[in-house]
Amino acid sequence: MLSPQMTDRLWQALLDTVLMVGISAGIAVLAGIPLAVFLVTSGPGGIFPAPRLNRIVGMVVNGFRAVPFIVLLVALIPLTRLIAGTTIGIWAAIVPLSVSATPFFARIAEVSLREVDPGLVEAAQSIGCRRWHIIRHVLLPQALPGIIGGFTITVVSMIGASAMAGAGGLGDVAIRYGYQRFDTVVMLVVVVILIALVSAVQISGDLAVRRLRAR
Amino acid sequence: MTRALTIDALRVSGRVEAAQVAWPAGPAAGTVRFKGVGKTYRAGSGDVRALDGIDMDIRAGEVFGIIGRSGAGKSSLLRTINRLEQPSQGRVLVDGQDIGRLDEAALVALRRRIGMIFQHFNLLSAKTVRENVALPLRVAGVPRPERETRVTEALELVGLKDKGDAYPSRLSGGQKQRVGIARALVGRPEILLCDEATSALDPETTLSILTLLRDINARLGLTIVLITHEMSVIREICDRVLVLEAGRIAEQGPVWQVFGAPRHPATQALLQPLLKGLPEDLAARLHAERRSPRDEVILELGFAGQRRPDLSALAGALGRRGRLLTANIDSIQGRAVGRVLVAAAPDADLARLDDLCDDRKVLGHALAAND
Repeated sequence: MLSPQMTDRLWQALLDTVLMVGISAGIAVLAGIPLAVFLVTSGPGGIFPAPRLNRIVGMVVNGFRAVPFIVLLVALIPLTRLIAGTTIGIWAAIVPLSVSATPFFARIAEVSLREVDPGLVEAAQSIGCRRWHIIRHVLLPQALPGIIGGFTITVVSMIGASAMAGAGGLGDVAIRYGYQRFDTVVMLVVVVILIALVSAVQISGDLAVRRLRAR
Repeated sequence: MTRALTIDALRVSGRVEAAQVAWPAGPAAGTVRFKGVGKTYRAGSGDVRALDGIDMDIRAGEVFGIIGRSGAGKSSLLRTINRLEQPSQGRVLVDGQDIGRLDEAALVALRRRIGMIFQHFNLLSAKTVRENVALPLRVAGVPRPERETRVTEALELVGLKDKGDAYPSRLSGGQKQRVGIARALVGRPEILLCDEATSALDPETTLSILTLLRDINARLGLTIVLITHEMSVIREICDRVLVLEAGRIAEQGPVWQVFGAPRHPATQALLQPLLKGLPEDLAARLHAERRSPRDEVILELGFAGQRRPDLSALAGALGRRGRLLTANIDSIQGRAVGRVLVAAAPDADLARLDDLCDDRKVLGHALAAND
C-alpha cells in the first residue's frame, strides 16, 4: 500500500493545505468583511453614502472576480515575491489565494448584509445609535448566519484552488505522485482526504449557521 | 367592544400597576412644533408632495394621534420628529429647538430623548430581550451596573420581567411590542413615537398595548405621538387627533370633537366603519312623506359631546309609542359621542328633542310595524 515516506508526505501535505487555506481564509475574512460593509453602507441610501467610490470599488472587485485563478496566480507573481520573498511554497501560495478569495467572500457577505431589514437600521437610528454602532450591533450580528454560510463556501472553494497553486499541500501531492507517476493509490487517498476535509468544513459551517438561526 | 376585552384590559393594567416600578418624576418637556413643514419626493414622473404646509403643536404630556388613509403622509410626518425623515420645507421644533440644524452628535442626543416603536417591532433577532432593551443605554455609554438596573425596571414596567433571556423569535406579537416599548422607554425619553404600533396585532392584544401606553403616559408624563389608520385606536387613548389627507391637515382637535362632528370628508370616511347604518328592514319601508295617520317618524339624534343623552327626557319627548331602533353612543374623554335612531309617534313633541341632543334629523316616515 503506502510507504512510510508517503504517509509522512501525505500528513505533511494535509498540514500544508490546512495552513495555506487557514491563513488565506483568515486574511479573506479580515479584508472581506470591511470590504462588504463598505460596499453596503456606501451605496445610495446607505449610512455612509459615497456613490462614486462605491462604484469604483465595486468595479475593482468585479475585475478580480472575473480573472481566472490560474491567471491571477501568474499575474500576481511580482506582488507575491514582494510580500513572501519567494514565488514557490505555501507562503507564496497564500498571496494569490487571499487575493482571489477576498473579493469572492466580500460579495457573498455583501448579500447577507443587504438582506438585513432596513427597519432594524431605522430602529437603531431612533434609539440614538451612531453609524458605527449600527454596523457593530445591527448589520454584522444580524447578517452573521449568512456571512458564516458564505465563509464556508469560500473555504471549500479555496481548498480546491490551493491544489492549483502548485505549492505543496494535498493537491500538489495528488498531481506529482498520483497523476504524473500514475500512482492510483496515492491519488485515491488524496481524494478521500480532500472529501473528508471539505465535508468537515461544510458540516461545521452548517452547524454554526443552524445554531445561530435557531435563536 | 366585548366584555371579555374590557376585563382583559383591566387585568393587564392591573398587572402593570402591581409592578410599582420606581420611576423618576415625569419630564416637564416634550413639546413638538411644526412650522410649514413640507416633504417632496423626487419620483420618476415628477415630484410627489408627501407633506404640505403642516402647522401644528403637540403639547407636553398629551397623547396626540395622527390618522389618515394609507399614503396620506402619516409615517413621513411622524418621522420628521426624530429626523428619520428630513423635511424639504419648514421647520420642526422639539422643545423649542430647531432640529433641522443639528449635527450628527446633537441629532443622536435628540434621538435619545425620543423613543420610537414600530408596526413590525424591529427587534434584533440576534440579541436577547435584555440585550435589545439595553442597546440604547449601551450605545450611550451607560455603565453596566446602571444599565442592568434600568433594563430590569423597563421590563417590569411592560410586564415582561421573566422574559429577559429569551430571544425575540420566542415571543408573541404583543410581547414583542412590549419589548419594543421597553427599549423605547429605557432611555427615559420625553416623547414616544408610535408608528402603527398596534396594526400588526389582534384586537385583544391591541387593547392591552393601548392600555399600557395610556398607563405609561399617565405615570411617566411623557408625550405620546401615534399614527394609525384605525379610528378605534384614536378613540381608545388619544387626547387630540389630527386628520391627514393627501399630505395636508384635514382637521384637528380634541378627539370627542372630531368624532362628534367630523367636518372633513376624509374624517367622515375614516369614521364610517364605526357607524351603524339604518337597519335594512326599516330602510326598505322608509318613505319621505307621511302617508297614513299610523306612520311613525324615524329620527336620527346625534350627540357630538355637548349634551348628555338623557333617557327619561328623551322618552318623554318621544311620546307613549316612542321606540329605540339602534343606538351607538361612545364615551370619549367623558363625553357622549354617537347617534341614536328612534321612532316617534306622529304626535310626538319633536321640537323638544332639539334641546335634548346636539343634532336632530328626520330620516323619513314608516308604517308602524304590526306588533
